[in-house]
Amino acid sequence: MTEQVSHKPKAQLDAEFSELYRAHLRDVYSYAYYRVGDHHDAEDLTEQTFLQAYRHFERAQRESHGRPLRPWLIRIAHNLAANLYRDRSRKPASPIDETTTLAALHTTEQLVEGRDELSRVLDGVRLLPDDRREALIMRFALGMDNREIARALGRSDGATKVLIHRAIRQLEEIVGDRDAAPAAEGGRSDGRTPQDAAGRAATNARGSGSDD
Amino acid sequence: MTEATPNLEGLLREALAPVEPPEDLVERLESTLMSITEMAVDELEAWELSAMRDPRNWGRPAAAIVLGGTAGAALVLLRARRRAHVAPAGVSGVRDSAERTIRDLGRETRKLLGNL
Repeated sequence: MTEQVSHKPKAQLDAEFSELYRAHLRDVYSYAYYRVGDHHDAEDLTEQTFLQAYRHFERAQRESHGRPLRPWLIRIAHNLAANLYRDRSRKPASPIDETTTLAALHTTEQLVEGRDELSRVLDGVRLLPDDRREALIMRFALGMDNREIARALGRSDGATKVLIHRAIRQLEEIVGDRDAAPAAEGGRSDGRTPQDAAGRAATNARGSGSDD
Repeated sequence: MTEATPNLEGLLREALAPVEPPEDLVERLESTLMSITEMAVDELEAWELSAMRDPRNWGRPAAAIVLGGTAGAALVLLRARRRAHVAPAGVSGVRDSAERTIRDLGRETRKLLGNL
């Protein structure tokens, strides 16, 4: 007995795809931008994500059983970003353009008051391992819940909860170390850097179990 | 939470605020998506003429006409939005860009059509 596969009319599929595109263009671009740290690469990644999505949209709809398709879109972007790094064998070429990001998204008052603090947080996020950084981007930039993040990363809900918890804990240590560093400057002889803090925090976090 | 980071989650929300995609990306991407749809219509028309020579395919052009007639309207939301954004002076530039996109995406489009 063969499985019956019902095909929607192409016009209907295209209309539904355009809905998906309009609803999630900003999500995909935000994810890409924070993931690769560069507007040019983020644009390419966003474009390729939607082309790939269009190509496989009908199948994704069929297999989603009515669940939201945002995790699927972000997973495409995630895979493409991984391929980008593999092809180039490098980490982001340049730091996230904080000036552009902050200027575009915050008021002048917030910029003056919060810039240093936000910069420290962004710097800390960049020092996290890829999976933890991605989970935080999905949670805080895209507002995805644990279940959506789990689907995007191909993990269980429980593992995702642990991943996010450890990411925040590690980030706290990194940012805390950075805040302490200026006060100790001149008197500190251990020569520790934020990268040291990231490594130490990662070791501590892994000591209590794997993220997977 | 440590004393140094009293509201880390709040700071994360601010630091990782969503980023609006640049307008040129939006235009390029929407042109690309429309191009794919329009090329699908062209391909269907070309197929329709050749298919008519083979009696075994005479039943299929009707389906092709249905698809071809509706595909042009499929991304109507994108088209309407793009019209609202593009000033008359920018039309030729956008059209050139769309034509370049069509050429550049020839291979990708053929792959797409193979899956539709």
